Amino acid sequence: MKTKNLIAIKTLCTHYEIEISFIEALHHIGLIQIERIERTRFIHHDQISDLEKMIRLHHELNVNPEGIDIVFNLLEKERALRRELIELKNRLARYEFP
Amino acid sequence: MEFIDYYKILGVAKTATEKEIKSAYRKLARKYHPDVNPNNKEAERKFKEINEANEVLSHPENRKKYDKYGKDWQQGEQFEKARQQQSQYQSGRQGFSGEGFSSSDFSEHDFSDFFESMFGGSGRSSGQRQSARFKGQDFNAELHLDLKDVYETQKQVLTINNQKIRLTIPAGVENEQVIKIKGKGGEGLNGGPNGDLYIKFILNNNTSFKRDKNNLYTDVNLDLYTAILGGEITVQTFTGKVKLKIKPETQNETKVKLKGKGFPVYKKSDQYGDLIITFHIKMPTHLSAKEKELFQELQKIKAR
Repeated sequence: MKTKNLIAIKTLCTHYEIEISFIEALHHIGLIQIERIERTRFIHHDQISDLEKMIRLHHELNVNPEGIDIVFNLLEKERALRRELIELKNRLARYEFP
Repeated sequence: MEFIDYYKILGVAKTATEKEIKSAYRKLARKYHPDVNPNNKEAERKFKEINEANEVLSHPENRKKYDKYGKDWQQGEQFEKARQQQSQYQSGRQGFSGEGFSSSDFSEHDFSDFFESMFGGSGRSSGQRQSARFKGQDFNAELHLDLKDVYETQKQVLTINNQKIRLTIPAGVENEQVIKIKGKGGEGLNGGPNGDLYIKFILNNNTSFKRDKNNLYTDVNLDLYTAILGGEITVQTFTGKVKLKIKPETQNETKVKLKGKGFPVYKKSDQYGDLIITFHIKMPTHLSAKEKELFQELQKIKAR
């Protein structure tokens, strides 16, 4: 099996100085997808940015995995509202005088 | 360089205990942390301020120095020398381990000049926990373009952080649209993936057309006689002039749609929106006596 673009969870735990149980907890509540190839578990490259954010929220703001889930949901809502705001701003420009 | 009141920044009294400072810091950090305030420059600025205030006030040596010389920060250097002489017999640093926050965009270079002049590099607590980096830093850039620049797909070579990036800007990109270029951010560490580059397009519309997604809008003045009797006029579209037939008795604010004369659809370069023209009928002014007479004649006919 190809492991391109996959990073072993063990490697990540070493780099970020985190317990494997933390990643398991994130996986358990659906925040991180884990891929298993033979006996090794991996995370896809694309999830690294989110994972780093989750680690910072956990270590720096003492947010537990459930709290991280709430933060991510709210941030996604905020992103959607921001997109909508930009769209409306662009539409509003049609009615502005030069 | 201005004096910075770190107590005010954290909202604590000068007599605050270590516990009170820590608590105030954590509360503000939860509010202004960059990860919960994406794309918020003001929050980022506040976060840097509180981080710096914490670096000073939660570190006993730094706090002592700040309390004594804060307002007269230029004398800080003398204090430092005196302190070093006194502590020659002591081995190592104080065992304090401060808390510190990081983010993908935050670095130690973000301390104020005031902090640097008073504490220099030694002011930063050695026990600060840094998030281990693996993935490279994400870069954010803004690209300012004119609306006409995004009518057609174009290629540009951008230099971002000394890195040349060939960028294809698809026709029809929206104002404030952000595109992600994978792997073109900072270099990954210890075999980690590179960061990504996010480019936000800021479009300046200096044309006479208004844009709403793929549709373009423009106003065209129509003289009274053409509006009443009909005729043919030439109108300006985004790409050139076209002839347009005007129906007799065209009313003011009438809209006509020129299909396919709008803006290209993003990533569907063979599809275009429409151009919507609104006619504004211009009333004649400075009428001659003869014109006035003829209008009166018309008025009489209409009244019959």
